[in-house]
Amino acid sequence: MLEQITEKVLAGERLDRKDGQWLLTDAPLLEVGALANELRFRRLPDKRVTFVIDSNPNYTNVCITDCQFCAFYRKPGHPEAWTLSVDEVLAKVEFAAAKGATTVLLQGGHNPDLPLEYYLTIVRETRRRFPEVTPHFFTASEIHTIAGVSGLATADVLDRLWEAGQRTLPGGGAEVLSERVRTRIEPKKGGPAAWLDVHREAHRRGFKSTATMMYGHVETADDVLDHFDAIRRLQDEFGGFTAFVPWSFKPGHTMLEKWIKHYQGPNAYLRMLAVSRLYLDNFPHVQASWFSEGKRAGQIALHFGADDWGGTLFEENVHRAADYVNTVGVDEIVTLIREAGFTPAQRNTEYDILHTY
Amino acid sequence: MRFSDRRLGGVWDKVRGGERLDRADGMLLFETDDLLGIGRMADHVKSGREGDRVYFVINRHITPTNLCVLSCSFCGFARKPGQAGAYEHTIEDMVAMVKDETREVHIVGGHHPDWPFEYYERMIEAMHHAHPQVQIKAFTAAEIDYFWRRWKIEPKEALARLKAAGLQSMPGGGAEIFSPRLAKLLKYTGKADPERWCEIHGIAHSLGLPTNATMLYGHVETLEERVDHLVRLREQQDASGGFVTFVPLAYQEGTTKLVPRQTPPADSLRTIAASRLLLDNFPHVEAYWVTLGEETASVALHFGADDVNGTLEDERIQHLSGAQTPAGVAREQLFRMIRDAGKIPVERDALYNVIEVWN
Repeated sequence: MLEQITEKVLAGERLDRKDGQWLLTDAPLLEVGALANELRFRRLPDKRVTFVIDSNPNYTNVCITDCQFCAFYRKPGHPEAWTLSVDEVLAKVEFAAAKGATTVLLQGGHNPDLPLEYYLTIVRETRRRFPEVTPHFFTASEIHTIAGVSGLATADVLDRLWEAGQRTLPGGGAEVLSERVRTRIEPKKGGPAAWLDVHREAHRRGFKSTATMMYGHVETADDVLDHFDAIRRLQDEFGGFTAFVPWSFKPGHTMLEKWIKHYQGPNAYLRMLAVSRLYLDNFPHVQASWFSEGKRAGQIALHFGADDWGGTLFEENVHRAADYVNTVGVDEIVTLIREAGFTPAQRNTEYDILHTY
Repeated sequence: MRFSDRRLGGVWDKVRGGERLDRADGMLLFETDDLLGIGRMADHVKSGREGDRVYFVINRHITPTNLCVLSCSFCGFARKPGQAGAYEHTIEDMVAMVKDETREVHIVGGHHPDWPFEYYERMIEAMHHAHPQVQIKAFTAAEIDYFWRRWKIEPKEALARLKAAGLQSMPGGGAEIFSPRLAKLLKYTGKADPERWCEIHGIAHSLGLPTNATMLYGHVETLEERVDHLVRLREQQDASGGFVTFVPLAYQEGTTKLVPRQTPPADSLRTIAASRLLLDNFPHVEAYWVTLGEETASVALHFGADDVNGTLEDERIQHLSGAQTPAGVAREQLFRMIRDAGKIPVERDALYNVIEVWN
């Protein structure tokens, strides 16, 4: 099986589900990693690993979706529920900009009380006041919420965001794009189509976005392949995905904690990254998430097909709510990438290189 | 096997043919960019010997004292008499530290200025008497050598008396890096030198005491010095045959700061893989989670390691040198480290008798 897959990969042939199944479940880990690493260097021959200076603030923790994997949200009216004003959000963007951020990934709960204008003002004002910052705002399910509240179609919401100056969307909220999984852990977010349609419409309009996956809960290899197939097909249509970013589910303080006590460890992560590099043959970048998996696993991941280190994440609250905290500054990122044997390069949201160290 | 560094093809031919690697091969293993290439070769060797088995032991560390006449530059553990944090345990204290479920007690401490050899002998005797089911692994070759330096007790006599008192094996510490240059630079010339360290292990082997071997890496040593160290251990094993496990120890920069940061995980994975490939006569290579961190230790089980040490209740030496890992873990955490790698946890005792296969 390994020989057959190796031949396909080297010939630039697409892997099928049978290949994917074997890679995810039975293949020796280092064989998958070595092949992914080989493919990575065929695509990106430089020993360069990119990172972005960014921050991940949130505008609200109010949410009506009750996802079982989430420790961050509070129901409307809950004593710990909060929502920031436009000015408060912009103060967070200002904080990030002052620290040199070129990307602000702003996301929040699904808060039914916020009007369309709230979102558009944040985009417009970010563009106007902080031109050096790319507003990388609002995941697919938030776009759905905005559409529902404002009575517009999601496509129209995207048009309005585009007019306001937004050009990229973050890839969160995908979890695992399989009917079975989404029904089980996030029934109120809709099936895979709910996420995919927003990204399709966004890519059609010229937006770039990332695709994420949160694994390590109730999914099977088959579900993971559903996810891979769905985003690979969509990428064939418009090529709008910049990168694939997997991370493991963190059970702390979530409803799923009752059944799933521990997050999947580094070996599962390295396998997921390597398989994604091989299977998602039309994705330019695969991101090693030091933030969700730890710096050591992040460094090792650079030998398993990943070519991006993610960001500085000056502010992050979602993993933090699950008691999972990692911090890093630019100097440390540069050191970590160098230690792993690569050349660090700062990129922007769309993966253009800004500065090579 | 496909290598991104083609030079590894020659090493792979030797590995497959069961041929011994030489120094030049060893240097290549440490210098190549092809981390997963050497990892896969080491995994091939490990899997051939042990399949998916990974060993662990329910153990406890006891460090009788941190008073030490030496001043090794890499050590954050040792204290001088009267210095803050210095301590000395009584034999009764130490005996009381061991619980019924413990299989192995690992006793290693500072080179105490005054404790007579008889104190150590009584320590082992009392431990063995109070906990006859617990296997005692105690005193590095550096400590055995110190009994000679301080009390003129020959290693052969010391080990024979300790064995009679209940000692069953010797840990591999005190080897540091076999390099006269570093012994001078890092101020461990007052410690058993490589010849003496090997001699003492040879004596232990001749008395029927199995021992381990270590290498302290990731500070200011060169790659040649690592290869020299491994080759020297391999020669000793050819001569006396009693080494059971090789334990690479990643230097903890914590308080002594010989280097600003701990060596990166890829270097540790490489060192484990290279050790597995070079030390063809060592039964086991360990991923010592205390110095590596749990994640790297777990990944290392794909790079030739077949042992994660143990629960290590109350480990001190690495922790006072800055190790960030917990000072002990439950069996369940070791299971997770092993099972995350897709391996089978096998509980062993100090002598590698299998107690239970945790399928």
